[in-house]
Amino acid sequence: MADYWQTFFRKNGKSLALFLLMSVGFWMFLMIILPQVFMLDFSLRTNVPPPLWGTDAHSYTVEHYKYMLYGSAQSTQSYNYVDLSVFGRTILAAIFVTLIDLALCYPVAYYLAHVAQGGWSRLMVMSLIIPFWVNELLRAFAFKIMFGSTGIINNFLVWVGILDQPYDFIRGSVALYSGLSYAYILLMIFPIYNAIESLDKNQIEAARDLGSPWWRIHWRVVIPHAKPGITSGCTMVFMLTAGALAAPQILGGPSSLWFTQIIYQAFNQAGNWSRGSAYAIILLATCIIFVLLMMRVFKVKLGEIAR
Amino acid sequence: MSADVQLDNVWIRFGDFVAAREANIHIQEGEFFSFLGPSGCGKTTLLRAVSGFLDPSDGRVLIGGQDMAGIGPNKRPTALIFQNLALFPLMTVWENITFALEVKGVGKQDRRKKADELLELIALPGQGEKMVNELSGGQKQRVAIARALAAEPSVLLLDEPLSALDLKLRQHMRTELRVIQQRVGITFIYITHDQGEALTMSDHVAVMSQGVIEQVADGNTIYDKPESAFVASFVGENNLFTGKVKETSDDYAIVDTASGELRARNAQRDGRAQLSTGDNAYVFVRPESLKFVDDRKFDNQIFAHVDQQEFEGNFWQVFFNVKGSDKRIKLSMVNDGRSVGHGLGDEVPLGFNADLAVALPEGVLAAE
Repeated sequence: MADYWQTFFRKNGKSLALFLLMSVGFWMFLMIILPQVFMLDFSLRTNVPPPLWGTDAHSYTVEHYKYMLYGSAQSTQSYNYVDLSVFGRTILAAIFVTLIDLALCYPVAYYLAHVAQGGWSRLMVMSLIIPFWVNELLRAFAFKIMFGSTGIINNFLVWVGILDQPYDFIRGSVALYSGLSYAYILLMIFPIYNAIESLDKNQIEAARDLGSPWWRIHWRVVIPHAKPGITSGCTMVFMLTAGALAAPQILGGPSSLWFTQIIYQAFNQAGNWSRGSAYAIILLATCIIFVLLMMRVFKVKLGEIAR
Repeated sequence: MSADVQLDNVWIRFGDFVAAREANIHIQEGEFFSFLGPSGCGKTTLLRAVSGFLDPSDGRVLIGGQDMAGIGPNKRPTALIFQNLALFPLMTVWENITFALEVKGVGKQDRRKKADELLELIALPGQGEKMVNELSGGQKQRVAIARALAAEPSVLLLDEPLSALDLKLRQHMRTELRVIQQRVGITFIYITHDQGEALTMSDHVAVMSQGVIEQVADGNTIYDKPESAFVASFVGENNLFTGKVKETSDDYAIVDTASGELRARNAQRDGRAQLSTGDNAYVFVRPESLKFVDDRKFDNQIFAHVDQQEFEGNFWQVFFNVKGSDKRIKLSMVNDGRSVGHGLGDEVPLGFNADLAVALPEGVLAAE
């Protein structure tokens, strides 16, 4: 270890090495670790107004975690069905959105990596990226307008005759799922694209030459090779979807609450930072555990994702 | 089950570029056939047309007498061994070998058994559970062969499969491939730029240059009776004299060169002599056919200055400068205990017989 630091300093020079260490350290500690530690600390303390912070009244407790499970003491119900069901629905919806993105992006990524050629493939990549220069909120509002009862989609479907009267895509959560799927599509496409692109074309041809139909080529050759990329994409989309706030706020129907909205309410409306922190920690921990579990099921190592 | 392969007036174009031109070949059932040529000559393109990854722009590919138009690579009775082998790195050796059977829906038990049989054939018994990357280069080579054979093809296509191996292993695998081919008895079509491979293994060789098949014959004929300047210069080593045909008689041509008048066989193609009086011509003489003039009588005699001598153990290689040419000529002489007997710069008479020299129409030469 001492050797490692010595070579590190010698290779980069003193000033650059110091800068690298400080910037990485600053990023890791101040921007990532410290806020999370504060959140954890907050989540384990009683909810008291800021003047009382640091006094005895600001003591340690697990009441906020309990609240998530059992609700308030005055409640007649034995469990906190409202928050739990929102939580469950959020996780399920995030899984659903991840699967939609995977189904959409795998073929596109494969096409980009192995079928499209030169200029055409660059054009496709550009047309994927450029829409994301538009602000996330603007895109969400654009979706809201598009999916509105007098939006272009309803108008078109009614005009073609598929629908008799406009369908409420907002209430039906179609707008929300579409918006969320679209929001993180690049995070799914590029890891898969990178993974598939490194596959030797000859392997695909070899499988074909040995009599394999196209689906088996994907099942046995392409997908196993692209697995780290697929995992990486799914992880990012799942994490970000479960933690999304803007899209559910704008595109969600009146009856569909996202778990992040509950956290938001706890912080900004109920003034209960401790409960908000506890809920945020629960969401984070659940997502991490879920992802690690999935990686174990699909036999992907953490290191492979970073490739 | 073996099958013959026929290329019937096959043309392959990529835009304006012609990768293969008017290819007409009949590869007999069960033979070991090689396409030999420098890289970019179109040999791999023709192989891809046979395997089905590429459709001819014109003409037909027939396998076992059946036109292959519209039949994809997964439906053809061919199996291809890729230049880089293209084994599946995420599968075990035995899964690799039996992939073709898995595709056909053969059960796991039967596949394992077949894999063991094939592992026995390629002399890797008990190695089925290994991953491909745990094998050495030669072992991977054999796994690739087994994987292709498991598909029970009528025709096995090999795209320079030995090029990644070191020299010793390559020579060993040549013999092994020939043995496997004779054992399974199916047609092998072999692509190579290595004339040693083509000549040692093949029943017939097609020499290609710039998309054109220059000559199809057995190795001996290719070496001794080249039909074009390209074949003469590409296969083996050859000394070249350029000149004009002065006269032709019977099967010989007399060519007027800077080294004097040389008499050589007038090369034939399709039963007809290729040169007539007044043509620009090349005369080719193999280094081993060139001799120091002693008391023997030779049809041709030239004078040359010794430029360099190389001792190779079993052979002496002697290089000469000749008048009217900036290319040196070379003489190979078996080391029978005598020295070359000439010093550098000496002018010495060299001779060769007309039967061992060939006169060909001027044409494209192989790059050195």
